[in-house]
This record gives sequence, C-alpha cells and structure tokens, in this order.
Amino acid sequence: MNESLWLERLLEKRAALLRSIRNFFDSRGFLEVETPLLCREVVVDRHLDPYPVTMEFKGESDSQLVYYLQTSPEYGMKRLLSRCPRSFYQITRAFRRFETGTQHNTEFTIVEWYEVGADYEKGMQTTADLAEAILGRGQAERLSYREALMRYAGVDPWTVSVSELRERAIDMLQDCSLNLSDRDAWLELLLTMCVQKHLGTERPTILYDYPASQAALAQVRPGNPPVAERFELYVDGWELANGYHELRDAEELLRRMQQNNEARIARGAHPLPIPMRLVEAQRGHFPACVGVALGFDRLVAVALGIPSVQKAMVFPIDEA
Amino acid sequence: MVTYKTSDFRKGLKVQIDGEPYLMIEMNFVKPGKGNALYKCKLRNLIRNTVIDRTYKGGETLESADVEEIEVQYLYRQQDRFFFMDTKTFEQYELTSEQIDDNWKYLKEGMVCSMMLFNGNPIGVTPPNHVELRVEYCEPGVRGDTATNVTKPVRVETGAEFICPAFIEIGNVIKVDTRTGEYVERVST
Repeated sequence: MNESLWLERLLEKRAALLRSIRNFFDSRGFLEVETPLLCREVVVDRHLDPYPVTMEFKGESDSQLVYYLQTSPEYGMKRLLSRCPRSFYQITRAFRRFETGTQHNTEFTIVEWYEVGADYEKGMQTTADLAEAILGRGQAERLSYREALMRYAGVDPWTVSVSELRERAIDMLQDCSLNLSDRDAWLELLLTMCVQKHLGTERPTILYDYPASQAALAQVRPGNPPVAERFELYVDGWELANGYHELRDAEELLRRMQQNNEARIARGAHPLPIPMRLVEAQRGHFPACVGVALGFDRLVAVALGIPSVQKAMVFPIDEA
Repeated sequence: MVTYKTSDFRKGLKVQIDGEPYLMIEMNFVKPGKGNALYKCKLRNLIRNTVIDRTYKGGETLESADVEEIEVQYLYRQQDRFFFMDTKTFEQYELTSEQIDDNWKYLKEGMVCSMMLFNGNPIGVTPPNHVELRVEYCEPGVRGDTATNVTKPVRVETGAEFICPAFIEIGNVIKVDTRTGEYVERVST
C-alpha cells in the first residue's frame, strides 16, 4: 500500500474508533468532559514522570509557577467527580516523560472514564462491553492475575520467594545480569516479558485481582492474601486499559501519595508535590465508582494489526 | 568515559559490559502500566561478534566504550600475525589471525581498511565492501560457456577460495563482496 493510501486508512480508522467510543459512552449515559492538561499538581505515581512546565504570570508582581502536563486526566476528573457525582468520560492527550518505545509515545491519546455507582464486577463488565463494541472480537474472558502468572510463568505470585522469582526470570529470559530491587519489580518483569504476549490472543482478556502492593489507587479487598481490585484489558498481547475499583478514603489516598514519593526518591526520581486539591476534594465527597484509562493509540495499533504504537500515530514524537 | 543512563539508551550506542565493548543493536522501552520502566536491549560484542540480551531497569547506567574507528593500510602477514599502519599517524598495529577471522581472505598488501580500536588497542578490521582479487588457480572452464549458473571453486592471490562461474580463468581479476563472501563480477581477463 502506498503512503498516502495508508495515511488515509490510518486517519479513517482513528476517526471511526473515536466515534464508536463516543457512541458507546453516550448511549450509556456517560457525559463527555474536559479537564486541564496543565495543572499545579498531578497524581503522584511511583513510575510515571510528568513534564514540569514553568508558567509566567504578568501582573503587579511578575511570578513564575510550575505546572505539570498531566500523565492522565485522573487528577482533574476525580476532582470533578467530587463536585458532580455522575459518570464521565474524556478523550484527551496525556504526557509521560521518558516513555518512548514500540508500545509508548511520550505524548499519546488517552480515553478515561468513571462509572459512578459501579462496583468492581460492573466496572469489568463495562470494559468488556466496550472492547466488544469497538473491536468486535467477542466478550472478554476473565483471568485472575494469579492464574496468569501460574499458567505462563510457572510461579504462584502469592507464595513465591524473591530468589525463586529471580531464578525463574533469569531462566525464562536467558539474561543472568538481571538484578531488580524488589518482589513487585520481578513480578512486573515476568508479567511484561513472559505472560503478556499470551493474553488476549483469541478474544480480549481481562486480568484482575492484582497484588495489594500494586494497588496504585485501587481499593484493597481484605482476605488472605488481600488483593487490589484492579484490572487490565489485554488484546493480542497489548495492555490496552487499566481500571480500579476506586479508592475513596482521602486519608488512605494521602498515605499512598506519600509512599509513592518515598518510592520515587528511592529510585532516584524527583518527589512530586502531594496533590492536596485532590485530597481535599475526596475529603468532601467522593462517589463509589470504577475508573478506567485506555491507551487509544495502542487500540488503533491492535485494530490495524500493526506492531508499533508509533505507526498508529500520524506524527509520533520523532516526527512531531 | 561517559556514563549513559537508561534514558540515554538508543540503537548505535557503544557501551562496556564486564570490560568488553558492545554495540547496542536493538533497544526497546517496555513498561507495565503502573510498574517499573525496563529497557530491553540486544548488544553485539565488538570483539567476538556474539549477541546477548540484556534487560535494564530505569535508573541503571552503562559506561561508554572508548571505541574508535581509524583508517589503516594492510602491510604484511607473518605466520598468524597481521600488520597494519594508521594512514594518518603511520603508527603500526597488529592483529592475530583469530582477530582477523575470515577477513584474511580479502587482505592484499596496501589495501586500505577500517580498523576498530578499543581503549587504543586494535580489536578488528573491516575490509572495503568490494575487493578485486587475481585468480591464481582454477580448473579450466568450457570455452564459450558464459552461463553463470555453472560454478566452480577458484583460488585467488590471497590463498582463499571463492565459488565463481565456470568461465573464470587463471589470471582473471574478480570482484568479491566482503560482507557476503560472494563473487560479484569479472573485472578483467
């Protein structure tokens, strides 16, 4: 196919997918919203780095303030939810510093939605319905995180020791230099490099019930062991979406932001300001909901069957 | 020496691992949604040409390899030692036949090649992509047979043998592609 034909096909596919995502949410009563790309604060994540932007303000006294290009619309949308508790979706741009590869572009299109009143199960069902509606490859199968690790990496994530994880990873990846700091890093390595490629190959797969230590901002369900009510959608080995049965406790949110900052410092990254506007918003009122973010460019790559997210974009970062 | 952070990693970087120089021939950034950034690399050992897979986590570092490419002229061979001269500084370098590997097949006295130095020591030499070599011996071909699908082994002035079309005769000069080791064409009869 020549280049201009290919470009047209890409543009049409992107437009068609955007349209069907909007149709899906509109027909289910979600309201499309917009929140700022530049904010004074950002959700503090262990492994996501925002771009700081120095903003200049002219006035009686000139001032400069640091704003952050948002790594997802989570910060804005959750503040909005606390003021107006109804189901929202947004299709916008997100920026993640240092992230460029076959599955990453530092600037990308993100679809994020919050389903108010939904529990964990309902949140997964809506995600499965969306995948079916836009990809037409059937209802997603459910696979627990534990089951996936046992099936494709041969380890039980609830009981395996760090040294066994290390041995397993070195054996599977044939790389004896591997040296990671903690248990979660080893589990993530096995998931990304050994398990992920098997997920969603026939029909979409929803991976659910993550280790509590990887809860991010999901609720942790007590039990033995406790698990994070967090899920991810996989298609053709691509991680397309990540969802949480959202944490509602503002004090717990504050604790996790602080812990994430400690983890950031430990890995040599800058700490970020605690997003107090978000914490304050959640102290007021925050509805029970499930929140999910989907990487739109990856969805395009999967829908077109192309191996790189850069090729699913008109102007990837190197050509932007 | 420069220290490369994982965020500097890219294809083409020359780095040191366990004291040996490697060329990064593939680099992919992988990252689970909420997890550690990982940098999956394929690296070629510049001394032994072996390829290894390495995965680094965000924040790890690699030292740069002091690798330099210079233009040298091939001087002569003494048993299993090969002598070269830097065309700019006239400094002499020698390589063992192990380091020369298959490239001895192409080396003619006076030939200008590219040599790789690691910490100032030679680690390998690359002849030009095409070299012209005189045929010293081959079985006679059938006169008039210019078909290229009939082949035979031919020994050239360096002592190496190449598979050539049957019409090649002793005294002909042939062009060989040093990257593939294949005959390209007859240059003169």
